[in-house]
Amino acid sequence: MAAHDTSKVDAVTGISTTGHEWDGIRELNTPLPRWWLWLFYICIVWGIGYVIAYPAWPLVSSYTRGVLGYASRDQIETDMAALKAQRGEMVARMESASLEEIRNDPKMLEVARALGKAAFGTNCAPCHGQGAQGVSVYPNLNDDQWMWGGSLEQIYQTIQYGIRNEHPDSRQGPMPAFGKDGIIPKADIPIVAAYVVTLSGRKPEGAVDLAKGQKLFAENCASCHGDNGKGNPDVGAPSLTSNIWLYGGDEKAIIETIANGRGGVMPGWAGRLEPATVKALTVYVHTLGGGQ
Amino acid sequence: MSLAEVPQTPDDGDIPLYEARKEIYPQVVHGRFRTIKWIILAITLGIYYFLPFIRWYRGPNAPDQAVLIDLANRRFYFFFIEIWPQELYYVTGLLVIAALVLFLMNAVAGRVWCGYLCPQTVWTDLFYAVERVIEGDRRERMQKASRGMWDLERIAEKILKHTLWLMIAWWTGGAWVLYFADAPTLVRELVTFQAPVVDYVWIAILTFTTYTLAGWMREQVCLYMCPWPRIQAALTDEYALNVMYRYDRGEPRMSAKKAEAARKVHEPAGDCVDCYQCVNVCPTGVDIRNGSQLGCIQCGLCIDACDNVMAKLGRPTGLIAYDTDDNAERRVRHEEPVYRIIRPRTIIYAALIALIGALMLYALTNRNNVGISALHDRNPLFVRLADGAIRNAYTIRVTNKALDARPFRLEVLGLNAPKFEVIGVPQTGANSTLIEAGPDQTRELRVLVTLPKALIAHEKMDVTFRLTDIVDGASATVRDHFFAPEGDYHHKQDEKNVH
Repeated sequence: MAAHDTSKVDAVTGISTTGHEWDGIRELNTPLPRWWLWLFYICIVWGIGYVIAYPAWPLVSSYTRGVLGYASRDQIETDMAALKAQRGEMVARMESASLEEIRNDPKMLEVARALGKAAFGTNCAPCHGQGAQGVSVYPNLNDDQWMWGGSLEQIYQTIQYGIRNEHPDSRQGPMPAFGKDGIIPKADIPIVAAYVVTLSGRKPEGAVDLAKGQKLFAENCASCHGDNGKGNPDVGAPSLTSNIWLYGGDEKAIIETIANGRGGVMPGWAGRLEPATVKALTVYVHTLGGGQ
Repeated sequence: MSLAEVPQTPDDGDIPLYEARKEIYPQVVHGRFRTIKWIILAITLGIYYFLPFIRWYRGPNAPDQAVLIDLANRRFYFFFIEIWPQELYYVTGLLVIAALVLFLMNAVAGRVWCGYLCPQTVWTDLFYAVERVIEGDRRERMQKASRGMWDLERIAEKILKHTLWLMIAWWTGGAWVLYFADAPTLVRELVTFQAPVVDYVWIAILTFTTYTLAGWMREQVCLYMCPWPRIQAALTDEYALNVMYRYDRGEPRMSAKKAEAARKVHEPAGDCVDCYQCVNVCPTGVDIRNGSQLGCIQCGLCIDACDNVMAKLGRPTGLIAYDTDDNAERRVRHEEPVYRIIRPRTIIYAALIALIGALMLYALTNRNNVGISALHDRNPLFVRLADGAIRNAYTIRVTNKALDARPFRLEVLGLNAPKFEVIGVPQTGANSTLIEAGPDQTRELRVLVTLPKALIAHEKMDVTFRLTDIVDGASATVRDHFFAPEGDYHHKQDEKNVH
């Protein structure tokens, strides 16, 4: 430092001042601790090195990439590749195995259920719910009633190609709007509905002509739902004799369904998910409890 | 700006924040406590360096290393004990016992841990021994240091000393990683540079810490870094034995000749000849004659040094010895010294050690190889089936701690005539299913329990799952609930209310 000027020493503390003075108040020269200063310098040097080595500055359409060529995206890809390699053997086994074999092999079942659960959470949960418990008009996959069949093959078919979409192999089968389209006279719809209520062993509200209802049912509904209302999974016609009603089981809801029709849809997943993942999903859904 | 130019403030504001380190050159000493220390050093370091190589056969499905922390498989093996992560309370118990043993040692004879057993003491002792062999004893080392000369011989000595220190430190780190993998295999991998990088990193870290702490920091660790001297000072009492200078016998200090002359004329003469041997041999550089102090790790080396001097002078040994300050005062007052090893605190510590040890031994010997846990499906809580029945789903984890694959019977209890199904396992009984779990493994099962509508008594019913080892009959149970929709039993309640 330059030669010391005694006039700049504070008389009270004996510490020199910086020479700065405001309204007679002078600033004491109390420098930063040396260790602190050194850390500060080291940080500056480190910062410069970091900017050179790693991606740092944003540019208009890209960014400085740094001489080390590090990118967090590469890290993800490496991790994903490692994960794939780790699962490779099991995935290959599942691809070549039949659904039945996966279902009956403890090790493959465990892997399929874990893989299926993850895939379900990502792809299926938005409609069917996180636990496949069903939400609104999206069916519960835990129960034992299936519109399109609950065997491994039937579930596989449904997941692969979906329901009522453009894919030629997707599930097809409309529930027509009998009332809106004038297939059944509007006045007769409550009569059919009352008869449908009796199929599941309940009594309809009020006195209606059930014989007429039965006749109307046989003419309009039995082709899909069957003479006894047991349903037909090939056309997505659910059983009307059970305790499970996707669109509501009271008379009002049934009238609504007959009058305006129903037509739930589902996308196909073949091609969007890996073949082994679709198989895993099938086994997972089947083992939720309702599989047949 | 030099300090001299600045008018200085009075000294009271200018005390240095750190005390400069005083270099210590402990002198070699022979005697009882030195021998004890060598023996303990050999035993403790022997255990540390060679324990990983001891084999312990457990069967074909488990490692045969006696002491192994298997992080990858989450197991801790200690001879006949195998601990799963959820059984870490055994380690907690061990730590509690360790703490109580430390307290007991402190109540009986002060800082036994510091003086003989602490790794810092043991390794520093070893490093001092190396230094002494290469650079000579206290006087020689002090001369060399004060000379400050860097001739070829001195450089060679320094290089040799630090190389040996680093080799010991490296072996320390090397032994550490052997506790985490099969030792012979890992040694082979380490030598051929095929071991995992993390092993080399840990060896480097522990080499660095050992070299720094035992080679450079030494007594500074005890004086400034370690909490135990502070804690033990709060735990001790007037009956705890400590390495102390019996000032009642030693004072007034004077030379041997003067003391002899004084004794002849029956004037007071102490046994201490102020030879400084006790200070010279001290590894922390304290003067024991100043009384009990934080810097004294109570290694007993000053006892050996003083005894040797007393023997040469023909005076009784034990001028420095394990004793209490109270006894010194008593002797000044011409009273009998009092030694009370057995007193409430030692009894309580010993009883607690015995109690916790017995509890742990009981828990270990009665350790069940069977475990079960249940996790009820939360979403959905229950499922209504087509026929109106209600089904609940559970994730059940079966734990088989035995080292061979075992068949188990899984039963559902507490429900009236439920339908019971385990996914992927054929059912063998009405309420039970046989399942197999691999050696030392857990198995996760999806379990479905279904009740017909007529049998549902409440929206939340108790259910118990029991797992029984078919081989040895050991069993474990877990309780959970069976949930049903409210409406399914309301009509029954209404009926009850009517009556």
